[in-house]
Amino acid sequence: MAATERMAGKRRLANALPLFVLSPSLLMVTIGVYGFMLFSVILSFTGSKMFPRFVFTGFDQYERLFSNPRWGVAVQNIFIFGGLYIVLATILGLGLAILIDQRIRAEGAFRTIFLYPMALSFIVTGVIWQWLLNPGLGLERLVQGWGWESFSFKWLVDPQMAIYTVVIAGVWQVAGFVMALFLAGLRGINTEILSAARMDGAPTHKIYTRIIIPALRPVFLTAFVVEAHLAIKSYDLVVALTKGGPGFATELPSTFMYTTTFTRNEMGLGAASATVMLMTLAAIIIPYLYSELRHERRG
Amino acid sequence: MKRILLSTVCVAVLGLAAAAVEPAQAQDQGSVEVLHWWTSGGEAAAVGVLKQDMESKGVAWQDMPVAGGAGEAAMTALRARVTSGNPPTAAQLLGMSLRAWAEEGYLGDLTEVAEPEGWDSVIPEPLQAFAKYDGHYVAAPVNIHRPNWLWSNAKIFEENGLTPPKTWDEFNQVAEALQAKGIQPLAHGGQNWQDTTVFDDVVLGIGGPEFYQKAIIEADPEALGSDTMVKVFDQMRKIRGFVDPNFSGRDWNLATAMVLNGEAAMQLMGDWAKGEIIAAGKTPGVDILCTPAPGTEGSFLFNTDFFAMFDVGEERRPAQLIMASAAMSPSFQETFNLAKGSIPARTDVPGDKFDECGKQSMADIKAAQEKGTLMGSLAHGHAQPPAVQGAMFDVVTNHFNSDQSSADAAKALVDAVAAAQ
Repeated sequence: MAATERMAGKRRLANALPLFVLSPSLLMVTIGVYGFMLFSVILSFTGSKMFPRFVFTGFDQYERLFSNPRWGVAVQNIFIFGGLYIVLATILGLGLAILIDQRIRAEGAFRTIFLYPMALSFIVTGVIWQWLLNPGLGLERLVQGWGWESFSFKWLVDPQMAIYTVVIAGVWQVAGFVMALFLAGLRGINTEILSAARMDGAPTHKIYTRIIIPALRPVFLTAFVVEAHLAIKSYDLVVALTKGGPGFATELPSTFMYTTTFTRNEMGLGAASATVMLMTLAAIIIPYLYSELRHERRG
Repeated sequence: MKRILLSTVCVAVLGLAAAAVEPAQAQDQGSVEVLHWWTSGGEAAAVGVLKQDMESKGVAWQDMPVAGGAGEAAMTALRARVTSGNPPTAAQLLGMSLRAWAEEGYLGDLTEVAEPEGWDSVIPEPLQAFAKYDGHYVAAPVNIHRPNWLWSNAKIFEENGLTPPKTWDEFNQVAEALQAKGIQPLAHGGQNWQDTTVFDDVVLGIGGPEFYQKAIIEADPEALGSDTMVKVFDQMRKIRGFVDPNFSGRDWNLATAMVLNGEAAMQLMGDWAKGEIIAAGKTPGVDILCTPAPGTEGSFLFNTDFFAMFDVGEERRPAQLIMASAAMSPSFQETFNLAKGSIPARTDVPGDKFDECGKQSMADIKAAQEKGTLMGSLAHGHAQPPAVQGAMFDVVTNHFNSDQSSADAAKALVDAVAAAQ
C-alpha cells in the first residue's frame, strides 16, 4: 500500500519536473519579452519624454509619428530596402544554389566562399561596403586610377540613391545563407522523380520550372520569413554604412526608433514607432507560424 | 537517475536563491563613481588629473567611462543606472540634458560648497543658468568650448594672398577665389551636428546676436520663418557648393585633417579641433589660423561639459562635495582645459599657459559677457531641449543634402519646431 503511494508520488513528481525545470525560462520570456512588448505598446499611448510617465494622450503620438517627415522617409525606405532585399537575395540565393548543385568540382570551397559573408557582423559588412562605395576611397577611385577617368559611382553620397547601397551590402551578406537554404532543399528532392522526368525527355529548364522550384515551396517560405525579419530589424548595417545619411535619406524605422527614444528624449514617440514595427512584423510572422503549426498538427 | 536530476535541480534552485539574497556590494566610505565619455588620449589624461587630486584627499575614484557616439551610449547607461535607483555620484552632461535631469528631480544640492567658494562670481551667467536649478547649484561646469571658430590653413592663405574672411560675403569671395585656383575651399563632414554647427555660425553671422537669441534660443516662430532665416538658408546652399562631393558621413576629425594636409583651406568647427592640430605637430594660431566664424566676431557661442551631481544620499555626499570643490578649483580647471583645448569655466584663471587661440577665446568671452552675446550653441545641446534640437537638425541637414528651396526650408523649420514642442 505504502509502496504504491510512493510510486504515485514519484510519478506525479516526474510529471511536474519538466514544467518545474522550464518555469524559470518561461517566466523570463513572459516578462522579458512579452511583458516589455506590452509595456512599449502602453508607453506609445503616453506623453513620455525622458522617462516613462503614465499620462495618457490617446493616439497623439501616432498622429505626430505619421506627420513626421523623417518617419515618412523611414517607411518609404523600408519598403524599398525590404522589397529589393527579399527579392534579390532570394533570386541570387536560388541561382547560386542551382549552380552549385550541378555537381561541380570543389563544391565545398565555393559553398564556404558564398556562406562566408554571413559570418561577418552587419557592422563589419557596413564598414567594408562604406570603404568600397566611397567615391574617394573605393571602387570609383580604383576604376578611375585604371584610366577610365569618366567613371562615376556616387550612390553612397547621393541622397536619392544611397538606400540602394544599403540593399547591395545587405544582399551581399545574406545571399550565401539563402543559397544554403535552397541547396538543402534541392538535395532533399527525390532523385527518382527527376530521373523519371529525364527519361520522359523533359528539357532541363522544364524540370526546374515544373518540378524543382515548385518542390522548393517550403524553402521559399522559410527564406522569405528569415529575410523579412532581418530587413525590418536591420539597424547596424545602416549605422555602419551611412549613419542614416546623407541628411536622413537612409533612415529606417529601427534607426528612427533608437534616435527618437534615446537621444531625443521622445520615449512616447519612439514607442509608437516601435509598436508600428511590431505590428508589421506580426502581420508577416503570425500567418507563417499559423500555417506551419497547422501542418505539424496534421502530420 | 531521477534522484540525481532532482538533487541537481535543488542545488540550482538554492544557488539562485543565494544569488538573490546576496547583499548589494557595500559602498566604500568616501568614494566617488564618475560616469563620463572622456576616453580618448588627451581627455582621459585630463580626467586622470582630477582622479589623482581626489585620491590625494583620501577619496577613492571609481571610473565609469562609456565610450562611443559622443556620449549617446553613456546617456543610455546613465538612464538605466538612475532608473534602477543606483545613480553614480557624478556624470558628465551637456547643458540641455543637464537641465532635463534637474527637472526630473534626480540631482543633488551643492550650495554647501558653491556658496563659500563664491561660484556665482566666477562662473559666467549663461553657464549658471544651466548649472543651477531652482536657485541652487546641481552641477559643476568644467570647461567652455567655443563652436564658432573658423580654422584656416595659413600656408594656403599666404600663397594666394588671402586673409581669413570676417563676413559671410567675404567668405563667399574667398571660397570662390580658392575654387577658381582648384583648391577645395571648405572641409566639412556631412553629419547632422556638423551641418548644424555651420548653421549656428550662419544664423549668428547673418542675423546677428539678437536674431540668434530670438530664433535659436527662444525658438520664436516669427523669427524662424522670417526673411532673415531664408537668407540664412541661401548662405547654407552656397556653402554646400564649397564642400567636396565626398563629404557625406565624414567624421569631423577627418575634415580637420584635410585642412592640416592642405587638401582644403578652411573648416568651421569648435576648438576641440585643436587636439587634432597639436597631434599632427602643428601650432594652432600659427600653422592653422583661428578666427571667429564669419560675422560672429563679438559673439561667443558656448558648449560646456558639466559634472552633474546626483542625489546620492547622506553617506556618499561628503565625497561628492569634495569632488565638486576639486572640479571647480582653478588649478584643475587650468590643467584640464590645457589638455582638452577648451578654456576654463571660471573666469579668474590666468591665461598665460594657453595657446593663441585659447587666449583669444578668453578675451572674447569676457567681451561677449559684457555685451550679453554669450549664448548657448544649438548644435551642441545648449539652446533647445533634445526633441526640438533634433527637429531643427532634421530640417537643416535635409536642406543641406537636397535641393529644397530656402523658403521651403524656413517653413519646414517652423513646422518641425512646433511639432516637437
